Amino acid sequence: MSTPRSPMAPPRTFLWSRRIFLTLLTGFVLIPVYVMLSSSLKPLADVTGAFRWLPTELTIRPYIDIWSTVPLGRYFVNSLIVAGAATVCSVVIAVFSAYAVSRYSFRGKRVFTVTVLSTQMFPGILFLLPLFLIYVNIGNATGIALFGSRGGLILTYLTFSLPFSIWMLIGYFDSVPRDLDEAALVDGCGPLGALFRVVVPAAVPGIVAVAVYAFMTAWGEVLFASVMTNDTTRTLAVGLQGYSTLNDVYWNQIMAASLVVSVPVVAGFLLLQRYLVAGLTAGAVK
Amino acid sequence: MRSIRAAATGAVMLSLALAASACGGGSSTGGGSNDSPKELTYWASNQGASIEADKKVLQPELDKFEKQTGIKVKLEVVPWSDLLNRILTATTSGQGPDVLNIGNTWSASLQATGGLLPWDDQQFEKIGGKDRFVDSALGSTGAEGQPPAAVPLYSMAYALYYNKQMFADAGIDAPPATWDEFVAAGKKLSKDGKWGTAMEGSNPSENVHHAYVFAKQHGADFFTPDGKPDFTNDGAVAAVKQYVDLMAKDKIIAPGNAEYAQNQSVSDFAKGKTGMLLWQSASANLTSQGMSEDAYGIAPVPVQSGTPGAGTQVNSMVAGINLAVFKNTDNLDGATEFVKFMTSDAEQKILNTAYSSIPPVKAAQADPAFNTPANAVLKDTLAKSAVALPQVPDESQFETAVGTAVKELFADAAAGRPVTTDSVKAALTKAQQQMPTK
Amino acid sequence: MTATAPAAEATVRKSSPGTARGPRRRTGRLRRVGLPYLLLLPALLLELLVHLVPMVIGIVMSFKELTQFYIRDWSTAPWAGLDNYSVSVDFDAPVGKALLHSFLVTVAFTVLSVGLCWLIGTAAAVFMQDTFRGRGLLRALFLVPYALPVYAAVITWVFMFQHDNGLVNHVLHDQLGLTDKPSFWLIGDNSFVALLTVSVWKGWPFAFLIVMAGLQNIPRELYEAAALDGAGMVQQLRRITLPSLRPVNQVLVLVLFLWTFNDFNTPYVLFGKSAPEAADLISVHIYQASFVTWNFGTGSAMSVLLLLFLLVVTGVYLALTSRGRRTAQ
Repeated sequence: MSTPRSPMAPPRTFLWSRRIFLTLLTGFVLIPVYVMLSSSLKPLADVTGAFRWLPTELTIRPYIDIWSTVPLGRYFVNSLIVAGAATVCSVVIAVFSAYAVSRYSFRGKRVFTVTVLSTQMFPGILFLLPLFLIYVNIGNATGIALFGSRGGLILTYLTFSLPFSIWMLIGYFDSVPRDLDEAALVDGCGPLGALFRVVVPAAVPGIVAVAVYAFMTAWGEVLFASVMTNDTTRTLAVGLQGYSTLNDVYWNQIMAASLVVSVPVVAGFLLLQRYLVAGLTAGAVK
Repeated sequence: MRSIRAAATGAVMLSLALAASACGGGSSTGGGSNDSPKELTYWASNQGASIEADKKVLQPELDKFEKQTGIKVKLEVVPWSDLLNRILTATTSGQGPDVLNIGNTWSASLQATGGLLPWDDQQFEKIGGKDRFVDSALGSTGAEGQPPAAVPLYSMAYALYYNKQMFADAGIDAPPATWDEFVAAGKKLSKDGKWGTAMEGSNPSENVHHAYVFAKQHGADFFTPDGKPDFTNDGAVAAVKQYVDLMAKDKIIAPGNAEYAQNQSVSDFAKGKTGMLLWQSASANLTSQGMSEDAYGIAPVPVQSGTPGAGTQVNSMVAGINLAVFKNTDNLDGATEFVKFMTSDAEQKILNTAYSSIPPVKAAQADPAFNTPANAVLKDTLAKSAVALPQVPDESQFETAVGTAVKELFADAAAGRPVTTDSVKAALTKAQQQMPTK
Repeated sequence: MTATAPAAEATVRKSSPGTARGPRRRTGRLRRVGLPYLLLLPALLLELLVHLVPMVIGIVMSFKELTQFYIRDWSTAPWAGLDNYSVSVDFDAPVGKALLHSFLVTVAFTVLSVGLCWLIGTAAAVFMQDTFRGRGLLRALFLVPYALPVYAAVITWVFMFQHDNGLVNHVLHDQLGLTDKPSFWLIGDNSFVALLTVSVWKGWPFAFLIVMAGLQNIPRELYEAAALDGAGMVQQLRRITLPSLRPVNQVLVLVLFLWTFNDFNTPYVLFGKSAPEAADLISVHIYQASFVTWNFGTGSAMSVLLLLFLLVVTGVYLALTSRGRRTAQ
């Protein structure tokens, strides 16, 4: 990914300003991360008293307590199921839609793309209540429980990430040479064969980028989850609020739990960032 | 051509949507049914140290109920931050629990939605009659002249908790009985990084509870007798000012309290950072924070002068939790049976002991278990000098509007800006204008 | 919606390679004419179910008097005509005034946040265009705020912004002595600064990521040629980098604008249900208007107004930028 530019050495002023800027920025980025990490290893007294940079003693107690103060394990599983399913569905559906828009011309294409894009402007609060009504009515009419179930949440989240995903994949698919799937079609693959044997493999970075985005959207959402879930289906983003309870704010446990719930996404994100940059390069920002 | 096609597509979508919305008006089946007699869903409010702690208290009782009746109760403890929203969406959608806890101040507001089963005399008979409950608790179950929207479950009252050691060190002999004494004691305590008392400045509900009692002590109210908002009368303004002045003028509250909203004032008191605490039924909380029962004393909340009583001598709101039945329940008999179980003398004793609250059921309240000095003060307050928050449909909006206004005033006080009668009046005027006009 | 169609289409199409598409494959495959629709069907159904139908219901609600007396069966709620709207836009009356205030706060916040995110992101991406030791590590590090779940990130900031025990006051007041007394960050006027800080902290890595991707597309021959011509770093930046990034920036700024303007999670976790006046973002304001005061009709009307505003801004923006691009080509 290196892009060596000019053979000339950069001037000193540039080097210095780069050093200063990047150091300050690193501080800005890292301080909260450090606070999260160090506070999660402090005893409760340290985090409810005046702030201190270093813990008086290191303890892993918070990491043990977080699992019993609130049913974090269950929330974790719920979040994994919800975010995982929403991601898979969102990616598959976005791939189909983007393929259609990228490779076919058909009536209503413009209406479709514009409508999908414009949903990005909807204030969530506007359709919060109506969405419940719809889910409940679907439940009453068909017996499919969407309200309060993981299914309803999956459906909601996958649709949240859909517009951006479709939009990015259209760009990406457009950049996959058309000759490739033409060739596949000549070889006797159907359109879906061409999609899955040629276009999708060539678009892996874009698809990974979209998947990461969809997963993060579902993993962190608070508003809909707070009203649409119950005790058994509650997700992490809402469940974490359980640490500020009647008695005391267990800041060390909050920080420990925040760290625990962040690790999967951050790790996944960093592992896949190479794809992400590549995906964005060819996709949305071309 | 293209725009015509777009318009046509739009029209199709719109008609689809309207079709969906036409049948989307919630389910308005009148009463409730008994379609599912073997199961109940119960939303409990978070009363104990944590949600998990509450489950440990409640689950054994629910098991007992199942043994007696064969009805399985699915328990969900809903955090306070979500409870009202969950009830609202449940009401709107018709999809909710069978039985639920509500903050008793919400009774009239939720009653107005029509989502809760009214407890007329006939319904009350099924759980042993209205007479089993104390009057003060029944006064917080809905608008006057209408059947109550809920049944009292736990009663609580504000009391003054004081740190005995800090009082002795500061040379204060007795807990303050009037606000002047309270401020004087507070000033003696406020030194060396310690403070007289603590407040939840960013918690609208706490603010409203205090503001309302202060208003009563000034002979005022936030509503006219016919239920219209009247936040800017002189008594109400003076009341709010007196409350905020504890920080702004008397300086017996640390400025940092202006951003407290998560019961930090209880932990401050338990840690000896403050010498006094005005709180409802705090004993269980203080114990779980490691403060021993010998370390603090408990006294009635101060009044302006004289002794606590009715009228302008009130010194607490009637705090508590009510138990309501959701009108859309599909197990009406089971739900009623469950309310009967939860309000039975035996369960009342167990549950109120666990939560250090007072049973609103007379027979249970008479039990010696509730005669400790702490409970004696609370019982006495509830019986003689507690006042119900306004039982009007707009109560929950009132809590938000006035509570937020007081929060902003505390923010002013904390930042060192003057809090004057005018600034209080301006804040309350703004709050009143946010109230529904119909 | 049709007004914005050409512009948005331009955005979508601009990502296709080259100007002319390859030969259409329609010949002999007319029987497959239904296929694209079939492929779009799942997305279409979901968008209808989760976005479009609820939005239409929301619009219907905005014409109803939907208070606590009617929420149980809101089809019986009386029609309010334009009442909810006239209340919302009557800027002399308190409700309208508060909405206008909230709107202005949101605009100021969005402009500052998007501007700073873009600036920091671009600067970091440009500075990191060349390889140097530790670049990979630094890039990974910079992406962490964006990757963190909103709740975890914002709650950490709440911890740091506390008046009594927070890191921010500890550093500014106790260690550096910059303030005479500890400041409040979560209430009062400073809350705007706090909100902006969190938003920028969380948002700039996205700009960084996108700009970094955009930089990869600039052919390095351009720089080599410019270097041979004797252009310095600044000139290269002005003559090559920034112009090449224009299309990227157009999309980036729009996306950042929409996300920031509609952001609910950050202020909600930072301040709770009632935000301080100085940081009363419109999303939380509408939430409070609907859920806390139980007036869903007015809340919906406010949302619709917000939606209209965003549609107009986006439409104008796309029209301007795509025209700019066309003339440039």
